[in-house]
Amino acid sequence: MIGLSASPLDVAALVRAVESDAHGAVVTFLGTTRETSPGDPRPVAALEYEAYATMAVAEMETIAREMRERFGPLAIAIAHRTGRVALREPSVVIVVAAAHRAPAFEACRYAIEALKSRVSVWKREIYRDGDAAWVANSTQQ
Amino acid sequence: MLAFARLRELLGFGARELQLGAGATVGDVWTRLAADVSALDGLRESTRFARNGTLASAATPLGDGDEVALLPPVGGG
Repeated sequence: MIGLSASPLDVAALVRAVESDAHGAVVTFLGTTRETSPGDPRPVAALEYEAYATMAVAEMETIAREMRERFGPLAIAIAHRTGRVALREPSVVIVVAAAHRAPAFEACRYAIEALKSRVSVWKREIYRDGDAAWVANSTQQ
Repeated sequence: MLAFARLRELLGFGARELQLGAGATVGDVWTRLAADVSALDGLRESTRFARNGTLASAATPLGDGDEVALLPPVGGG
């Protein structure tokens, strides 16, 4: 289950999507909306995400393939928000299930780093004063 | 062509059809738009291009109906 969603992400449904009798470990990463910005002193009220949907989903599928090549058999769910995301809400959810915990943790970490540097999604910080600014990730490749 | 995020806002549109001459390249799309929109000055270095949904260099030749996307530095996660 890989895709974009304009509505709040259902973490429990994404975890259920990777369930299997073969797995002994399920690692979930939530990237959540934070009040402090690394680049602006003003408090953040919300984030807004925009995607080039076809490219973004294709790249997330490529990342999932790379995860299986590097870390072996995995069940993977990746979902990213578009639109406005309130504080504390997840903008991205990555769930990785594997037979053992080591590949599940490592593949999950690989997925979020790859997603942040490669997937065609853009983020705008909306500040409490009503102003807004586009913010790029620092891990550009 | 398609433009996203900051580039979409600076251009004032997210999608537009362009007529370019024979032998035009992906980079010519940027050159054409930047000639009219001075706010794009200085942003080409940080912009990546895609042709028909795949990353492409500025030198990539274009054919009829190709879709070029202008991609600012990403900010997902």
